[in-house]
Amino acid sequence: MSAPAAPAGLGDYLPVATLLRLLAVLLLVFAPHAMRLPVWESGFIAALLLWRALAARRQWRMPPKLLRAALVFAALGGVYASFGRVSGQTAGTALLCVMAALKLVELRGRRDVMVMIFLMYFMLITHFLYSQEIWTSLYLLLSCLAITALLIECQHLGQLPPRQTLRRAGAMVAQALPLMLLLFVLFPRIPGPIWGLPADAGAARSGLSDSMAPGDIAALIESDDVAFRVRFDGPAPPPAQRYWRGPVLESFDGRTWSKGWSAPPPLLDGDIRYLGTPVRYELTLEPGRMPWLLALELPQAVDLPPDARLNGNGELLARRPIIERRRYTLLSNPDFAFAPALDARQRQRLTRLPNGYNPRTLALARQWRDQGLADAAIAARALRMIRDENFVYTLRPPPLARDSVDGFLFDTRRGFCEHYSSAFTVLMRAAGIPARVVTGYQGGTLNEPGGYYVITQADAHAWSEVWLDGRWQRIDPTAAIAPSRIERGLGSAIGAGEGLPDYLVRRTAWRDALKARWDWVNARWNGLVLGYGPELQQQFLQRFGIDDLRTMILTLTALLTATMAILGFVLLRRAAPARAHDAAQREWQRLLRQLARRGYRPRADEGPRDFVARVLAARPQWRATLQPAAELYLRNRYLEAPDAARLAALHRAVRGVRLS
Amino acid sequence: MPIRRIAATLLHPLRAAQARIDAWVMARVKRQPGPIAIPRHRVYILPTRFGAGFTLMLLVMLLGAMNYSNSMAFLLTFLLAGLGLVGMHHTHANLVNLQLRAGVARPLFAGETAQVEVRIDNPSLQPRLSIALAWPRAAATPEAVADLPAQDGALLTLTLPAPRRGWLRAGVFGVSTEYPLGLFHAWTWAELDTALLVFPQPAPPGRLPPGTAGHGSLDAGQRPGQDEFSGLRAYQRGDTARAIHWKSLPKSPQPLVKQFHETLDQDLWLDWSALPQLDTEARLSQLTRWVLDAETLQQRYGLRLPGHVIAPGLGDAHRFQCLKALALHGAEA
Repeated sequence: MSAPAAPAGLGDYLPVATLLRLLAVLLLVFAPHAMRLPVWESGFIAALLLWRALAARRQWRMPPKLLRAALVFAALGGVYASFGRVSGQTAGTALLCVMAALKLVELRGRRDVMVMIFLMYFMLITHFLYSQEIWTSLYLLLSCLAITALLIECQHLGQLPPRQTLRRAGAMVAQALPLMLLLFVLFPRIPGPIWGLPADAGAARSGLSDSMAPGDIAALIESDDVAFRVRFDGPAPPPAQRYWRGPVLESFDGRTWSKGWSAPPPLLDGDIRYLGTPVRYELTLEPGRMPWLLALELPQAVDLPPDARLNGNGELLARRPIIERRRYTLLSNPDFAFAPALDARQRQRLTRLPNGYNPRTLALARQWRDQGLADAAIAARALRMIRDENFVYTLRPPPLARDSVDGFLFDTRRGFCEHYSSAFTVLMRAAGIPARVVTGYQGGTLNEPGGYYVITQADAHAWSEVWLDGRWQRIDPTAAIAPSRIERGLGSAIGAGEGLPDYLVRRTAWRDALKARWDWVNARWNGLVLGYGPELQQQFLQRFGIDDLRTMILTLTALLTATMAILGFVLLRRAAPARAHDAAQREWQRLLRQLARRGYRPRADEGPRDFVARVLAARPQWRATLQPAAELYLRNRYLEAPDAARLAALHRAVRGVRLS
Repeated sequence: MPIRRIAATLLHPLRAAQARIDAWVMARVKRQPGPIAIPRHRVYILPTRFGAGFTLMLLVMLLGAMNYSNSMAFLLTFLLAGLGLVGMHHTHANLVNLQLRAGVARPLFAGETAQVEVRIDNPSLQPRLSIALAWPRAAATPEAVADLPAQDGALLTLTLPAPRRGWLRAGVFGVSTEYPLGLFHAWTWAELDTALLVFPQPAPPGRLPPGTAGHGSLDAGQRPGQDEFSGLRAYQRGDTARAIHWKSLPKSPQPLVKQFHETLDQDLWLDWSALPQLDTEARLSQLTRWVLDAETLQQRYGLRLPGHVIAPGLGDAHRFQCLKALALHGAEA
């Protein structure tokens, strides 16, 4: 013997309207993935959706089993051909999407729809691997609502009006929110990952890379994505001192600067002498899948994040590429003397240039050297050349041939920061002075409502570091050609028609204020919600005296139980029989409840008079109080217009009934 | 047996748990005249297979969220978990406080399918959707599903085979729902004190009742019989002592005998004793057939059963009385 079977098992058919709604919700769930999937796949999925809708409307037959199997294998092959594999974040998502769409060709009954609904819930989670913005979350919450409404409709024979299912789904999701919050705050978080992440985990973002060719940084400027946000303890350093140090590039192949083969030396005590007063700040870095933790030049090697270290090139590196947002606090000194020991081999490495490239640049440097100029004088001469001759700072440099530095310095003379820093560094090396390119960010915009600085990809920058007077000195050739870039940011340094991105051209005070406000909301979201991991959980819960796992689980269980009990109570109250509208009837029902406790209930065919007569026949001793109460009820309900005095009399009579 | 039970428990823990609960509950279902209100503590609830699938999906999502340390994935997982828990309460509340009462119990003939009518009322202000009725048989599909608007009800019909004549008890039935999410199955057992009267199965047409000469026109002629006094005649050898008209004996030279005639033109007697060659059930079937035929032909008829005689009559009430007597023959004795 078992419980009665499921209601919908009776009619396992799917109304066309429900199916069309399913397709609409599926479209809603697929939509954000459409741009990320290969074109063929998005088209294929759209075609499947369209075909299924038409098949439902026109009563087409489902394709035979063999064709379905062929489609599945074709899709599998397509995903493999596009990504070279079928697992991992991107390929896995693509596979999930196409398989969910293929489920449509065999979608018939309720069971299939339930599977489809679970697949859709699951697909929501894959969106969060790519974006966790507020908009995405709202969109997905709405999608979740739509899926739930569909799930509700599935539990009913025949279609239900969407307004009804959506309202029910809305109420249920709203009731689930407190449970979600409790679980979110109190469910014990463990530091991930559990089994390792696929190589393509995390969202694809633009950001600094470990090499720099002409045009790379100019390409970054096109995006106004936030790179990181900084909150200073105390006053912020002036813009000209806000150089955020990223990858240090030491190897040049004639066109591209890269890290080089040799590992950077470790940082030794005394390599850096920190001068002036240090600045303390908290930096929230957006993930860029690179291990560099951006830092204001130059950070002190104290209180670093546990998995980070400062190396001999002054780079702050995490052990693993950063795939999730990170927040860390650093202490930096804008004034410093960076003077590690430089042995002959390193000196040789730091002045190496590829053979047979850029002959005119080499000749120019040799010419300066032959004039007997000292290192510092050569650097000053090079800067003067950039400043005084007709160089142009532009985001639209003409293309450069094989000898890119020659082409830039002597022919085109139009370039962006990577051209200037690259050319300047090559000139220094040609003159035998150790030099390297440093990439990172420069400047940043104050967010007024939040009181923090936002550094976007538009602030990406490259500069040179030159070995002068026995230490590394920062020389920014861009400051020579476009000083306002350093002081006031990119928008003021690039002339009209020089390729400034639209978002920097169309700036107004009003738009900037709105953008700042929105960024502030995002920053709060990032800090409070997205950043809520094991560390923040521990910090937060300690405030309430919850400091070990046991207490955490106990508190969670207790609070969940309490919330569920309250919810159950409310729902049962709503499921209770409705109270009578009529005051006299309410009194009568009170009396009926009393009699029911004594075992007397009116039969279906009994009116009040017959019922009371039957009760009194069995229990004549109740007559004294029961009879008048019943008479008053009949009078109030059927004979006379209700009035307060009579109702009061009835109320008293019912109160006065003694059943003993 | 214990080994099979253990194996069943291991293979289908939910089903086994449910079977145990059902056995416990079934022993406690009381037959009530109705209306039966479904109280809170009589509503049982267990996850469905979709509920189990949903839980599995949540676990996978949780693992994914942990692996990627993705806060929004955690939020979504917890939201769906909360939704499932909320859904449990909703499914439970969808069944609570409904009222069951028996509908019309229409009599039927053995061999037909009985229609057990149950009226479900929803006294609350919340509409209750997808309420199902079913017999407690394994893998039984629900027989009837209905939506109950607020403060309104619906009439649902359960079907039941009726192989034998007599009173047919509807027995215990289940009221269940999986609305709104389908992740939980809430049910309760109830038994309404209602029984259907099952008449004997009518015999195939063909055999005529005694005293009928043919279809359509029953013989109007007179034959000696026992029904109606028609005069006196002289005694002949072989007349019974009861027939002798004792009152006239002192006045007349020879005994006179009362004479009766069967009134074939007016009343048909359907007699148990007219079918000595058949067994009890076959006799009852044949009599049922004759009752139906006589009713169709608008022929007044009476029924004579051992210990029970129904005077001749015609019409639905008479027909019912006769059929009821046939249905319950031997039951009261």
